[in-house]
Amino acid sequence: MYVAVKGGETAIANAHRLLADRRRGDRSLPSLTIGQIIEQLGLAVDRVMAEASLYDRSLAALALKQARGDMIEAIFLLRAYRTTLPRFGTSQPIETGRMQVERRVSATYKDLPGGQLLGPTFDYTHRLLDPSLLDDEAVEEPALRESDGTPIMRVSDILDGEGLIEPDGNMPEDHLAGDITREPMEFPMPRDLRLQTLARGDEGFLLALAYSTQRGYGRTHPFVGEIRMGLVDVEFEVPELGFAVSLGEIRVTECQMVNQFKGSAKAPPQFTRGYGLAFGQSERKAMSMSLVDRALRTDEFGEDVVAPAQDEEFVMSHCDNVQATGFVEHLKLPHYVDFQAELDLVRRMRAKHAADQTPDTDQQEAAE
Amino acid sequence: MNKALNSPHETGRKRGLDLLARATRPELEAAWQALADRPGHELLRGPETGLVMVRGRIGGGGAPFNLGETTVSRATVRVADGTVGHGYRLGTDRRAAELAALFDALGQNERHRDFVETSLLAPIEQRQAADAARRENETAATKVDFFTMVRGED
Repeated sequence: MYVAVKGGETAIANAHRLLADRRRGDRSLPSLTIGQIIEQLGLAVDRVMAEASLYDRSLAALALKQARGDMIEAIFLLRAYRTTLPRFGTSQPIETGRMQVERRVSATYKDLPGGQLLGPTFDYTHRLLDPSLLDDEAVEEPALRESDGTPIMRVSDILDGEGLIEPDGNMPEDHLAGDITREPMEFPMPRDLRLQTLARGDEGFLLALAYSTQRGYGRTHPFVGEIRMGLVDVEFEVPELGFAVSLGEIRVTECQMVNQFKGSAKAPPQFTRGYGLAFGQSERKAMSMSLVDRALRTDEFGEDVVAPAQDEEFVMSHCDNVQATGFVEHLKLPHYVDFQAELDLVRRMRAKHAADQTPDTDQQEAAE
Repeated sequence: MNKALNSPHETGRKRGLDLLARATRPELEAAWQALADRPGHELLRGPETGLVMVRGRIGGGGAPFNLGETTVSRATVRVADGTVGHGYRLGTDRRAAELAALFDALGQNERHRDFVETSLLAPIEQRQAADAARRENETAATKVDFFTMVRGED
Protein backbone atom coordinates (compact mmCIF):
# COMPACT_ATOMS: atom_id res chain seq x y z
CA MET A 1 0.00 0.00 0.00
CA TYR A 2 1.22 3.49 -0.78
CA VAL A 3 -0.22 6.46 1.02
CA ALA A 4 0.51 9.83 -0.56
CA VAL A 5 1.71 12.32 1.97
CA LYS A 6 1.31 16.04 1.57
CA GLY A 7 2.50 18.84 3.74
CA GLY A 8 5.26 21.30 4.30
CA GLU A 9 3.76 24.26 2.43
CA THR A 10 3.99 26.52 5.46
CA ALA A 11 7.42 25.23 6.38
CA ILE A 12 8.65 25.86 2.81
CA ALA A 13 7.17 29.35 2.66
CA ASN A 14 8.72 30.23 5.99
CA ALA A 15 12.05 28.70 5.02
CA HIS A 16 12.14 30.90 1.92
CA ARG A 17 11.21 33.90 4.01
CA LEU A 18 14.06 33.05 6.38
CA LEU A 19 16.40 32.63 3.41
CA ALA A 20 15.47 36.11 2.21
CA ASP A 21 16.20 37.44 5.68
CA ARG A 22 19.59 35.75 5.89
CA ARG A 23 20.42 36.90 2.38
CA ARG A 24 19.75 40.47 3.40
CA GLY A 25 21.65 40.06 6.66
CA ASP A 26 22.09 42.89 9.13
CA ARG A 27 19.63 45.62 8.08
CA SER A 28 21.85 48.31 9.57
CA LEU A 29 24.33 47.66 6.72
CA PRO A 30 23.55 49.02 3.25
CA SER A 31 22.24 46.49 0.74
CA LEU A 32 24.63 45.53 -2.07
CA THR A 33 23.73 47.05 -5.41
CA ILE A 34 24.04 45.18 -8.71
CA GLY A 35 26.44 47.89 -9.85
CA GLN A 36 28.69 47.25 -6.84
CA ILE A 37 28.76 43.53 -7.55
CA ILE A 38 29.59 44.11 -11.23
CA GLU A 39 32.32 46.63 -10.44
CA GLN A 40 33.84 45.20 -7.27
CA LEU A 41 33.27 41.45 -7.56
CA GLY A 42 33.84 41.36 -11.29
CA LEU A 43 35.69 38.06 -11.42
CA ALA A 44 32.88 36.29 -9.56
CA VAL A 45 30.50 37.76 -12.14
CA ASP A 46 32.77 36.50 -14.91
CA ARG A 47 32.88 33.00 -13.51
CA VAL A 48 29.10 32.85 -13.24
CA MET A 49 28.77 34.00 -16.86
CA ALA A 50 31.35 31.49 -18.10
CA GLU A 51 29.84 28.48 -16.39
CA ALA A 52 26.24 29.54 -16.98
CA SER A 53 27.28 29.90 -20.63
CA LEU A 54 25.43 33.22 -20.76
CA TYR A 55 27.14 36.56 -21.16
CA ASP A 56 25.25 39.23 -19.27
CA ARG A 57 27.04 41.03 -16.46
CA SER A 58 23.92 42.51 -14.87
CA LEU A 59 22.01 39.25 -14.77
CA ALA A 60 25.05 37.35 -13.48
CA ALA A 61 25.44 39.92 -10.70
CA LEU A 62 21.75 39.64 -9.87
CA ALA A 63 22.09 35.86 -9.74
CA LEU A 64 25.07 36.17 -7.37
CA LYS A 65 23.13 38.49 -5.08
CA GLN A 66 20.09 36.23 -5.08
CA ALA A 67 22.29 33.17 -4.43
CA ARG A 68 24.03 34.83 -1.46
CA GLY A 69 27.33 34.43 -3.30
CA ASP A 70 26.89 30.69 -3.91
CA MET A 71 28.50 30.40 -7.35
CA ILE A 72 26.86 27.17 -8.46
CA GLU A 73 23.44 28.35 -7.30
CA ALA A 74 23.99 31.59 -9.26
CA ILE A 75 25.06 29.61 -12.34
CA PHE A 76 21.94 27.46 -11.97
CA LEU A 77 19.73 30.58 -11.79
CA LEU A 78 21.26 31.99 -14.96
CA ARG A 79 20.97 28.68 -16.80
CA ALA A 80 17.32 28.51 -15.81
CA TYR A 81 16.75 32.07 -17.01
CA ARG A 82 18.25 31.41 -20.44
CA THR A 83 15.74 28.65 -21.09
CA THR A 84 12.98 31.28 -21.01
CA LEU A 85 14.41 33.22 -23.95
CA PRO A 86 14.13 32.59 -27.69
CA ARG A 87 17.35 32.32 -29.68
CA PHE A 88 17.72 34.94 -32.39
CA GLY A 89 20.60 33.17 -34.08
CA THR A 90 24.32 32.59 -34.06
CA SER A 91 27.10 35.18 -34.14
CA GLN A 92 29.96 35.31 -36.58
CA PRO A 93 32.95 33.67 -34.89
CA ILE A 94 34.66 36.22 -32.65
CA GLU A 95 38.11 37.25 -33.87
CA THR A 96 40.47 36.99 -30.92
CA GLY A 97 43.35 38.06 -33.18
CA ARG A 98 41.68 41.48 -33.40
CA MET A 99 41.00 41.73 -29.68
CA GLN A 100 41.35 45.06 -27.85
CA VAL A 101 43.95 43.50 -25.60
CA GLU A 102 43.92 44.28 -21.87
CA ARG A 103 46.41 41.58 -20.95
CA ARG A 104 48.71 39.39 -22.98
CA VAL A 105 51.56 37.25 -21.79
CA SER A 106 53.62 34.50 -23.37
CA ALA A 107 55.80 32.02 -21.50
CA THR A 108 57.52 30.88 -24.70
CA TYR A 109 58.81 34.14 -26.22
CA LYS A 110 60.24 37.01 -24.26
CA ASP A 111 60.36 39.57 -27.07
CA LEU A 112 57.32 39.01 -29.17
CA PRO A 113 55.52 41.64 -31.25
CA GLY A 114 53.29 43.61 -28.92
CA GLY A 115 55.31 42.56 -25.88
CA GLN A 116 54.37 41.16 -22.51
CA LEU A 117 51.38 43.15 -21.26
CA LEU A 118 50.60 42.23 -17.68
CA GLY A 119 47.28 44.05 -17.36
CA PRO A 120 45.21 43.76 -14.18
CA THR A 121 46.71 40.57 -12.75
CA PHE A 122 47.18 38.90 -9.37
CA ASP A 123 50.50 37.53 -10.68
CA TYR A 124 53.51 38.86 -8.75
CA THR A 125 51.34 40.10 -5.88
CA HIS A 126 52.59 38.91 -2.51
CA ARG A 127 49.30 37.41 -1.40
CA LEU A 128 49.40 39.42 1.80
CA LEU A 129 46.07 40.63 3.12
CA ASP A 130 45.74 44.34 2.51
CA PRO A 131 44.41 46.15 5.59
CA SER A 132 43.86 49.32 3.56
CA LEU A 133 40.78 47.61 2.11
CA LEU A 134 39.25 47.48 5.58
CA ASP A 135 38.67 51.17 5.25
CA ASP A 136 37.50 52.84 2.13
CA GLU A 137 40.87 54.29 1.23
CA ALA A 138 41.27 56.18 -2.02
CA VAL A 139 42.72 54.13 -4.87
CA GLU A 140 45.19 55.57 -7.36
CA GLU A 141 44.22 56.00 -10.98
CA PRO A 142 46.03 53.57 -13.31
CA ALA A 143 49.39 54.58 -14.74
CA LEU A 144 49.34 55.54 -18.40
CA ARG A 145 51.95 55.09 -21.09
CA GLU A 146 51.58 56.01 -24.72
CA SER A 147 51.00 52.76 -26.58
CA ASP A 148 53.31 52.29 -29.57
CA GLY A 149 50.44 50.73 -31.47
CA THR A 150 52.35 47.56 -32.44
CA PRO A 151 49.87 44.89 -33.52
CA ILE A 152 49.72 42.17 -30.89
CA MET A 153 50.61 39.16 -33.00
CA ARG A 154 49.31 35.74 -32.09
CA VAL A 155 52.07 33.44 -30.84
CA SER A 156 50.72 30.52 -32.83
CA ASP A 157 51.36 32.52 -36.02
CA ILE A 158 55.02 33.00 -35.07
CA LEU A 159 55.73 29.28 -34.70
CA ASP A 160 53.55 28.47 -37.68
CA GLY A 161 56.14 30.06 -40.01
CA GLU A 162 58.49 27.12 -39.47
CA GLY A 163 55.82 24.45 -39.64
CA LEU A 164 56.89 23.32 -36.16
CA ILE A 165 53.42 23.68 -34.77
CA GLU A 166 50.11 22.29 -35.86
CA PRO A 167 47.74 24.84 -37.41
CA ASP A 168 44.53 26.10 -35.81
CA GLY A 169 42.14 23.22 -35.41
CA ASN A 170 40.01 22.43 -38.42
CA MET A 171 37.00 20.21 -38.78
CA PRO A 172 36.02 18.41 -41.99
CA GLU A 173 34.67 20.74 -44.72
CA ASP A 174 31.06 19.65 -44.33
CA HIS A 175 31.09 19.74 -40.52
CA LEU A 176 28.54 22.02 -38.89
CA ALA A 177 29.40 23.24 -35.42
CA GLY A 178 27.33 21.20 -32.98
CA ASP A 179 25.48 22.60 -29.99
CA ILE A 180 25.22 20.64 -26.74
CA THR A 181 22.31 22.80 -25.61
CA ARG A 182 20.30 21.45 -28.54
CA GLU A 183 21.52 17.89 -29.08
CA PRO A 184 22.13 15.03 -26.66
CA MET A 185 25.73 14.10 -25.87
CA GLU A 186 27.15 11.32 -27.98
CA PHE A 187 30.57 9.72 -27.93
CA PRO A 188 33.01 9.99 -29.53
CA MET A 189 32.39 13.73 -29.42
CA PRO A 190 33.94 16.04 -32.03
CA ARG A 191 36.38 18.69 -30.79
CA ASP A 192 34.02 21.63 -31.35
CA LEU A 193 31.43 20.09 -29.03
CA ARG A 194 34.10 19.20 -26.49
CA LEU A 195 35.25 22.83 -26.46
CA GLN A 196 31.69 24.07 -25.93
CA THR A 197 31.30 21.61 -23.05
CA LEU A 198 34.64 22.62 -21.51
CA ALA A 199 33.87 26.33 -21.90
CA ARG A 200 30.84 25.94 -19.60
CA GLY A 201 32.48 23.29 -17.41
CA ASP A 202 33.24 23.75 -13.74
CA GLU A 203 36.48 25.63 -13.17
CA GLY A 204 37.43 23.56 -10.13
CA PHE A 205 36.86 20.26 -11.91
CA LEU A 206 38.82 21.34 -14.98
CA LEU A 207 41.59 22.80 -12.83
CA ALA A 208 41.98 19.50 -11.00
CA LEU A 209 42.06 17.53 -14.25
CA ALA A 210 44.55 19.97 -15.77
CA TYR A 211 46.72 19.60 -12.67
CA SER A 212 46.52 15.83 -12.93
CA THR A 213 48.00 15.96 -16.45
CA GLN A 214 50.94 17.97 -15.09
CA ARG A 215 51.48 15.42 -12.34
CA GLY A 216 51.81 12.61 -14.84
CA TYR A 217 48.26 11.37 -15.41
CA GLY A 218 48.33 11.84 -19.19
CA ARG A 219 51.36 14.07 -19.59
CA THR A 220 51.19 16.74 -22.29
CA HIS A 221 54.43 18.76 -21.75
CA PRO A 222 52.73 22.13 -21.84
CA PHE A 223 53.94 25.72 -22.24
CA VAL A 224 51.72 28.76 -22.22
CA GLY A 225 52.21 29.97 -25.77
CA GLU A 226 49.96 32.89 -25.04
CA ILE A 227 47.21 34.13 -22.78
CA ARG A 228 45.24 37.12 -23.93
CA MET A 229 42.28 38.86 -22.35
CA GLY A 230 40.30 41.77 -23.67
CA LEU A 231 37.32 42.94 -25.66
CA VAL A 232 36.08 41.42 -28.89
CA ASP A 233 33.26 42.48 -31.17
CA VAL A 234 30.19 40.28 -31.46
CA GLU A 235 29.05 40.46 -35.07
CA PHE A 236 25.66 39.12 -36.01
CA GLU A 237 24.22 38.81 -39.46
CA VAL A 238 20.79 40.37 -39.45
CA PRO A 239 18.67 38.61 -42.08
CA GLU A 240 16.53 41.69 -42.73
CA LEU A 241 19.63 43.74 -43.52
CA GLY A 242 21.67 41.15 -45.38
CA PHE A 243 24.88 42.14 -43.62
CA ALA A 244 26.44 41.66 -40.19
CA VAL A 245 26.21 44.34 -37.53
CA SER A 246 28.15 44.60 -34.30
CA LEU A 247 25.97 44.00 -31.26
CA GLY A 248 28.61 45.30 -28.88
CA GLU A 249 31.73 43.99 -27.20
CA ILE A 250 32.30 41.17 -24.79
CA ARG A 251 35.35 40.40 -22.67
CA VAL A 252 36.94 37.00 -23.15
CA THR A 253 40.11 35.21 -22.08
CA GLU A 254 41.97 32.96 -24.49
CA CYS A 255 44.78 30.52 -23.78
CA GLN A 256 46.97 28.92 -26.41
CA MET A 257 48.78 26.05 -24.76
CA VAL A 258 51.72 24.69 -26.74
CA ASN A 259 52.62 21.08 -26.13
CA GLN A 260 55.70 19.16 -27.07
CA PHE A 261 54.85 16.03 -28.99
CA LYS A 262 57.42 13.40 -29.84
CA GLY A 263 55.51 12.07 -32.82
CA SER A 264 53.65 8.85 -33.46
CA ALA A 265 52.59 6.65 -36.34
CA LYS A 266 49.93 9.28 -37.08
CA ALA A 267 51.91 12.52 -36.82
CA PRO A 268 55.55 13.73 -37.00
CA PRO A 269 57.30 15.32 -34.01
CA GLN A 270 55.93 18.83 -33.61
CA PHE A 271 54.33 21.18 -31.18
CA THR A 272 50.67 20.44 -30.73
CA ARG A 273 48.15 22.75 -29.15
CA GLY A 274 45.38 22.92 -26.62
CA TYR A 275 42.87 25.73 -26.77
CA GLY A 276 40.98 27.53 -24.06
CA LEU A 277 38.41 30.30 -24.41
CA ALA A 278 36.09 31.60 -21.72
CA PHE A 279 33.76 34.52 -21.10
CA GLY A 280 35.15 37.28 -18.93
CA GLN A 281 38.52 37.56 -17.25
CA SER A 282 38.77 33.85 -16.51
CA GLU A 283 42.40 32.98 -16.86
CA ARG A 284 42.59 29.91 -14.63
CA LYS A 285 39.59 28.52 -16.46
CA ALA A 286 41.01 29.20 -19.94
CA MET A 287 44.35 27.62 -18.96
CA SER A 288 42.72 24.54 -17.45
CA MET A 289 40.47 24.20 -20.47
CA SER A 290 43.41 24.30 -22.87
CA LEU A 291 45.27 21.58 -20.95
CA VAL A 292 42.21 19.35 -20.87
CA ASP A 293 41.44 20.06 -24.55
CA ARG A 294 44.92 18.83 -25.48
CA ALA A 295 44.72 15.81 -23.19
CA LEU A 296 41.45 14.76 -24.82
CA ARG A 297 42.90 14.74 -28.35
CA THR A 298 44.32 11.24 -28.00
CA ASP A 299 42.71 9.86 -31.15
CA GLU A 300 44.22 12.59 -33.33
CA PHE A 301 47.74 11.78 -32.18
CA GLY A 302 47.49 8.05 -31.65
CA GLU A 303 47.99 8.36 -27.89
CA ASP A 304 46.80 5.75 -25.40
CA VAL A 305 44.04 6.73 -23.00
CA VAL A 306 45.68 6.05 -19.65
CA ALA A 307 44.43 8.85 -17.41
CA PRO A 308 41.12 10.44 -16.37
CA ALA A 309 41.82 13.73 -18.18
CA GLN A 310 42.13 11.81 -21.47
CA ASP A 311 38.86 9.94 -20.99
CA GLU A 312 36.39 11.90 -23.09
CA GLU A 313 33.23 10.33 -21.74
CA PHE A 314 34.38 10.78 -18.15
CA VAL A 315 35.38 14.42 -18.58
CA MET A 316 32.43 15.48 -20.72
CA SER A 317 29.86 13.73 -18.53
CA HIS A 318 31.09 15.17 -15.26
CA CYS A 319 32.36 18.70 -15.92
CA ASP A 320 28.97 20.42 -15.80
CA ASN A 321 28.41 21.65 -12.27
CA VAL A 322 24.68 22.26 -12.67
CA GLN A 323 24.10 18.67 -13.76
CA ALA A 324 26.45 17.42 -11.07
CA THR A 325 24.88 19.42 -8.28
CA GLY A 326 21.41 18.42 -9.41
CA PHE A 327 22.17 14.74 -9.06
CA VAL A 328 24.21 15.00 -5.88
CA GLU A 329 21.84 17.41 -4.16
CA HIS A 330 18.69 15.54 -5.06
CA LEU A 331 19.78 12.96 -2.48
CA LYS A 332 18.60 15.26 0.30
CA LEU A 333 15.03 15.36 -0.99
CA PRO A 334 12.55 12.96 0.60
CA HIS A 335 13.30 9.34 -0.27
CA TYR A 336 11.08 8.00 2.51
CA VAL A 337 9.38 5.33 0.44
CA ASP A 338 12.58 4.15 -1.29
CA PHE A 339 14.22 3.91 2.07
CA GLN A 340 11.32 2.01 3.62
CA ALA A 341 11.64 -0.52 0.81
CA GLU A 342 15.38 -0.79 1.37
CA LEU A 343 14.89 -1.17 5.12
CA ASP A 344 12.51 -4.01 4.54
CA LEU A 345 14.92 -5.61 2.09
CA VAL A 346 17.91 -5.32 4.41
CA ARG A 347 15.87 -6.80 7.28
CA ARG A 348 14.94 -9.79 5.15
CA MET A 349 18.53 -10.22 3.92
CA ARG A 350 19.80 -10.12 7.48
CA ALA A 351 17.25 -12.69 8.57
CA LYS A 352 18.32 -14.96 5.72
CA HIS A 353 21.98 -14.31 6.44
CA ALA A 354 21.50 -15.22 10.10
CA ALA A 355 19.60 -18.35 9.16
CA ASP A 356 22.26 -19.40 6.65
CA GLN A 357 25.11 -18.54 8.97
CA THR A 358 24.32 -20.75 11.94
CA PRO A 359 24.51 -24.24 10.42
CA ASP A 360 27.04 -23.32 7.69
CA THR A 361 29.81 -21.86 9.83
CA ASP A 362 31.76 -25.06 10.19
CA GLN A 363 31.46 -25.95 6.51
CA GLN A 364 32.62 -22.50 5.46
CA GLU A 365 35.66 -22.63 7.67
CA ALA A 366 36.51 -26.05 6.35
CA ALA A 367 36.24 -24.76 2.78
CA GLU A 368 38.60 -21.90 3.52
CA MET B 1 33.46 35.55 -42.90
CA ASN B 2 31.31 38.61 -43.00
CA LYS B 3 29.57 39.38 -46.21
CA ALA B 4 31.07 42.34 -47.96
CA LEU B 5 29.05 45.48 -47.77
CA ASN B 6 27.60 46.24 -51.16
CA SER B 7 27.21 49.97 -51.21
CA PRO B 8 28.13 53.20 -49.49
CA HIS B 9 24.58 53.16 -48.14
CA GLU B 10 25.18 49.79 -46.45
CA THR B 11 28.57 50.88 -45.15
CA GLY B 12 27.06 54.01 -43.63
CA ARG B 13 24.14 52.12 -42.18
CA LYS B 14 26.38 49.49 -40.63
CA ARG B 15 28.50 52.19 -39.00
CA GLY B 16 25.34 53.73 -37.57
CA LEU B 17 23.98 50.42 -36.29
CA ASP B 18 27.34 49.47 -34.76
CA LEU B 19 27.51 52.79 -32.93
CA LEU B 20 23.87 52.77 -31.83
CA ALA B 21 24.48 49.33 -30.28
CA ARG B 22 27.07 51.05 -28.07
CA ALA B 23 24.97 54.09 -27.17
CA THR B 24 23.99 54.29 -23.53
CA ARG B 25 20.33 54.48 -22.66
CA PRO B 26 20.66 58.08 -21.38
CA GLU B 27 22.39 59.10 -24.64
CA LEU B 28 19.53 57.65 -26.65
CA GLU B 29 16.82 59.15 -24.45
CA ALA B 30 18.48 62.58 -24.50
CA ALA B 31 18.75 62.57 -28.28
CA TRP B 32 15.13 61.46 -28.60
CA GLN B 33 14.01 64.28 -26.31
CA ALA B 34 16.16 66.77 -28.22
CA LEU B 35 14.59 65.83 -31.55
CA ALA B 36 12.36 68.70 -32.63
CA ASP B 37 9.92 66.78 -34.83
CA ARG B 38 9.63 63.31 -33.33
CA PRO B 39 7.93 61.21 -36.00
CA GLY B 40 5.05 58.89 -35.35
CA HIS B 41 6.08 55.27 -35.54
CA GLU B 42 4.82 51.75 -35.16
CA LEU B 43 6.63 48.72 -33.83
CA LEU B 44 6.91 45.96 -36.40
CA ARG B 45 8.72 43.63 -34.02
CA GLY B 46 9.57 43.70 -30.37
CA PRO B 47 11.16 45.27 -28.55
CA GLU B 48 12.16 41.85 -27.29
CA THR B 49 15.05 40.13 -25.55
CA GLY B 50 16.51 36.87 -26.72
CA LEU B 51 19.79 35.06 -27.11
CA VAL B 52 22.55 34.95 -29.66
CA MET B 53 24.95 32.02 -29.57
CA VAL B 54 28.46 33.43 -29.64
CA ARG B 55 30.95 31.42 -31.64
CA GLY B 56 34.67 31.14 -31.24
CA ARG B 57 37.22 29.42 -33.46
CA ILE B 58 39.25 26.36 -32.51
CA GLY B 59 42.81 27.53 -31.87
CA GLY B 60 41.67 31.13 -32.40
CA GLY B 61 41.46 30.90 -36.18
CA GLY B 62 40.17 27.43 -37.02
CA ALA B 63 36.75 25.84 -37.32
CA PRO B 64 33.90 27.53 -35.44
CA PHE B 65 32.55 26.21 -32.17
CA ASN B 66 29.78 27.43 -29.90
CA LEU B 67 31.26 29.27 -26.96
CA GLY B 68 28.11 30.34 -25.12
CA GLU B 69 25.15 32.66 -25.44
CA THR B 70 24.65 36.32 -24.80
CA THR B 71 21.49 38.30 -24.16
CA VAL B 72 20.46 40.54 -27.04
CA SER B 73 17.57 42.97 -27.31
CA ARG B 74 16.11 44.02 -30.63
CA ALA B 75 13.33 46.04 -32.14
CA THR B 76 12.08 46.91 -35.61
CA VAL B 77 10.10 50.08 -36.19
CA ARG B 78 8.46 51.84 -39.11
CA VAL B 79 8.41 55.60 -38.90
CA ALA B 80 5.73 57.81 -40.42
CA ASP B 81 7.45 58.18 -43.83
CA GLY B 82 7.57 54.37 -44.16
CA THR B 83 11.28 53.91 -43.41
CA VAL B 84 12.04 50.75 -41.44
CA GLY B 85 14.72 50.80 -38.75
CA HIS B 86 16.33 48.01 -36.75
CA GLY B 87 17.94 48.07 -33.34
CA TYR B 88 20.11 45.23 -32.07
CA ARG B 89 22.28 45.40 -28.97
CA LEU B 90 23.78 43.23 -26.26
CA GLY B 91 21.87 43.10 -23.00
CA THR B 92 18.28 43.27 -21.87
CA ASP B 93 17.49 46.96 -22.40
CA ARG B 94 14.50 46.76 -24.73
CA ARG B 95 13.76 50.49 -24.63
CA ALA B 96 17.32 51.19 -25.81
CA ALA B 97 16.84 48.71 -28.68
CA GLU B 98 13.63 50.48 -29.65
CA LEU B 99 15.30 53.90 -29.58
CA ALA B 100 18.22 52.54 -31.59
CA ALA B 101 15.76 51.24 -34.20
CA LEU B 102 14.13 54.67 -34.38
CA PHE B 103 17.47 56.37 -34.93
CA ASP B 104 18.44 53.77 -37.53
CA ALA B 105 15.26 54.71 -39.41
CA LEU B 106 15.85 58.43 -38.96
CA GLY B 107 19.45 58.14 -40.07
CA GLN B 108 18.27 56.85 -43.46
CA ASN B 109 16.21 59.94 -43.96
CA GLU B 110 17.73 63.15 -45.42
CA ARG B 111 15.92 65.35 -42.98
CA HIS B 112 17.25 63.71 -39.83
CA ARG B 113 20.59 62.32 -40.96
CA ASP B 114 22.61 65.27 -39.68
CA PHE B 115 20.80 65.29 -36.37
CA VAL B 116 21.54 61.58 -35.81
CA GLU B 117 25.15 62.09 -36.82
CA THR B 118 25.85 65.09 -34.62
CA SER B 119 23.74 64.21 -31.59
CA LEU B 120 24.54 60.50 -31.42
CA LEU B 121 26.92 58.86 -33.87
CA ALA B 122 29.80 61.32 -33.72
CA PRO B 123 29.81 61.63 -29.90
CA ILE B 124 29.56 57.85 -29.45
CA GLU B 125 32.38 57.31 -31.90
CA GLN B 126 34.53 59.80 -30.02
CA ARG B 127 33.71 58.21 -26.68
CA GLN B 128 34.49 54.76 -28.07
CA ALA B 129 37.82 55.92 -29.45
CA ALA B 130 38.71 57.70 -26.20
CA ASP B 131 37.80 54.63 -24.11
CA ALA B 132 39.83 52.36 -26.37
CA ALA B 133 42.82 54.70 -26.27
CA ARG B 134 42.65 55.00 -22.48
CA ARG B 135 42.45 51.21 -22.08
CA GLU B 136 45.32 50.76 -24.50
CA ASN B 137 47.48 53.25 -22.63
CA GLU B 138 46.61 51.74 -19.27
CA THR B 139 47.61 48.34 -20.64
CA ALA B 140 50.77 49.74 -22.25
CA ALA B 141 51.87 51.00 -18.81
CA THR B 142 51.97 47.34 -17.69
CA LYS B 143 54.25 46.29 -20.55
CA VAL B 144 57.44 44.60 -19.37
CA ASP B 145 60.66 46.31 -20.41
CA PHE B 146 63.29 43.63 -20.20
CA PHE B 147 66.87 44.59 -19.54
CA THR B 148 69.94 42.45 -19.42
CA MET B 149 72.23 42.35 -16.44
CA VAL B 150 75.81 41.76 -17.42
CA ARG B 151 77.41 39.47 -14.89
CA GLY B 152 81.07 38.66 -14.46
CA GLU B 153 83.80 39.72 -16.87
CA ASP B 154 83.94 39.02 -20.58
